[in-house]
Amino acid sequence: MTRQLMEGCEAIAQAMVAAGCRFFSGYPMTPFTEVLEHMSRLLPTVEGVCMNADSEIEAIGMAWGATSTGTRTATGSVGQGLSLMQESLAEMSRARLPLVVLNMARGQGDYFQATRGGGHGDYTHIVLAPADVQEAVDLVGDAFNLADRWRTPVIVIGDYYLAHTQQAVEIPAIDKESHPSKPWALDGSTGGSGNARFLSPLTPNKRSDPDFVTHGGWLEALADVMDEIETGVEQRVDSFETEDAELVVVAFGTPARYLRAVVEELRTEGIPVGIIRPVTLSPFPAAAISAVADRVRGVAVFELNRGQMLVDVQLAVSGICPVTFIGGVSFDRSGFGIAPVLEIETLKAKVRACFEQCHTAVESKSR
Amino acid sequence: MNERSVVSMRKAPSGKLVDDFTPSLIISGEHQLCPGCGEPIAMRSLVEIVAEMELTQRTIAVFGVGCYTLFASNLDIEVLQALHGRAPSLGTGVKRTRPGALVMTIQGDGDMVSEGLQEVMHAAARGEAITCVLLNNGVLGETGSQMTASTVLGQRTKNSLEGRDAEKHGYPIAIADVVAGLRGSSYVARCAVNSAGNVARTRRMIKRAFEVQWEHQGFSFIEILTMCPTGWFVDTLDAPDYLNSTLGSVYKVGVLKDECASPPIGKMDA
Repeated sequence: MTRQLMEGCEAIAQAMVAAGCRFFSGYPMTPFTEVLEHMSRLLPTVEGVCMNADSEIEAIGMAWGATSTGTRTATGSVGQGLSLMQESLAEMSRARLPLVVLNMARGQGDYFQATRGGGHGDYTHIVLAPADVQEAVDLVGDAFNLADRWRTPVIVIGDYYLAHTQQAVEIPAIDKESHPSKPWALDGSTGGSGNARFLSPLTPNKRSDPDFVTHGGWLEALADVMDEIETGVEQRVDSFETEDAELVVVAFGTPARYLRAVVEELRTEGIPVGIIRPVTLSPFPAAAISAVADRVRGVAVFELNRGQMLVDVQLAVSGICPVTFIGGVSFDRSGFGIAPVLEIETLKAKVRACFEQCHTAVESKSR
Repeated sequence: MNERSVVSMRKAPSGKLVDDFTPSLIISGEHQLCPGCGEPIAMRSLVEIVAEMELTQRTIAVFGVGCYTLFASNLDIEVLQALHGRAPSLGTGVKRTRPGALVMTIQGDGDMVSEGLQEVMHAAARGEAITCVLLNNGVLGETGSQMTASTVLGQRTKNSLEGRDAEKHGYPIAIADVVAGLRGSSYVARCAVNSAGNVARTRRMIKRAFEVQWEHQGFSFIEILTMCPTGWFVDTLDAPDYLNSTLGSVYKVGVLKDECASPPIGKMDA
């Protein structure tokens, strides 16, 4: 397979088509727009459909209809557009419908929106956070499989850098494998059978079912499904230099690449730091983080917001060692929310200060 | 549950009781709506035409949210349940990925004209090959009779107790007229189910709407005026006449638009 230099937006679009996505709908919003443009160009070449919807609300509605027929379907936007989609995402989760949702986020302020469900009701989505274009390509493929396997929306969260960085990537060949069958998918054929298919977030049962499940019973069954997803989906991390680290940094997405570079530089100076990058934000890789919490002097959390993943790290660490927040809001003049803080020397100073602080704290405690 | 509904729910292959008129595609004839409600008549008409056109195994219905949603789990055709207001977009996604299916959306006036107005407008403008059905009683029945964007002037609801007043509440939207004015729509008709004659006319219009979708790949739209004695605060038996004097006096029935090839003579006398 050959590597091609490609912008993130196009690579993600190509990866979706390769993964068997045949329906895409969206409404333009930077930096998601180019994904929509590439899908509108690519999908007709594989007998797929791309709809330029007239709002995010209609885009998610079209995606809801398309995935109900068993078609591999995706939609997306940035966090603002996803806010408009939340009512549908919440109900699609209840209706047990697979969907891949891209959030080409502005900054990292959408962490809670992505990992806490984002809408009404008692559910969470599966959330994947690539750090570079190649990983985005790979995770988009995984996202469709996870969505089908667990019959739930899967969010892939990126950012402005991921969308607009050109990188040499390998796009997998178009997936000719037959995907798992979807006996629940609508095609009209079961009409008149006495048990015609029915897809509803309210109840899966019909009046003809002898054990007609009430709405309350359905919500209890859904709670079990959520538990199964939380425990069944593999927690994924990318760990670097954590074995002998005295301070471990936790960061996700594009900023994690900068923090990794910081760790590499500090290591050359003999400072024992490491980094854990959650790849699945939901389910959150609490096990990997609590495991290092046992043997480090401290954990530092870097993210481009006021401290959202911080809460998940604190829960995972559970008081075993100090957790320090070294991130913060970072908006450049474009408003797309990534750049200014991502400067190696600045970040290095923050991590070093944090290292020295927890070192001193532990030493003074042991004295 | 009475004995008759048990029989109808079992779908006894040997036949039905002589007084059981439940259509074959409705699971339980014991509907859960108020006495005098027009929606079961509309639902019955829709599925009977599906069966008559031999499209039972090709049809996918998308339901909005209102009283009629109780029928979503009570039909023996495939059903996709949508959010309040959003059925036309779901119908679009279904049709674009299953172009060989007959796709109909079922919405009330609160669902279509209030909450989700943009949906039907955009679907019609795109000329989606789907049939959008509006069950219009001018009131939000499920939440207990509040005003919608389709409530006519003078109509009493719980939040227009003195009758809808243009000064206070503005004017209703005649959505079928709006949809007929869009270039993308192919067939638009308005009918009612408050008399046997009107039900017969409704059935002809439904059939034509499905033909326009099935044979001409056009966007078709049917508005069905339905009785809601509970939400109108009138006696059950007075509801058909009340419909004539309120909604019926503003929303005129008939074919507003039919841009597809002329049907055989005699078929379109609606």
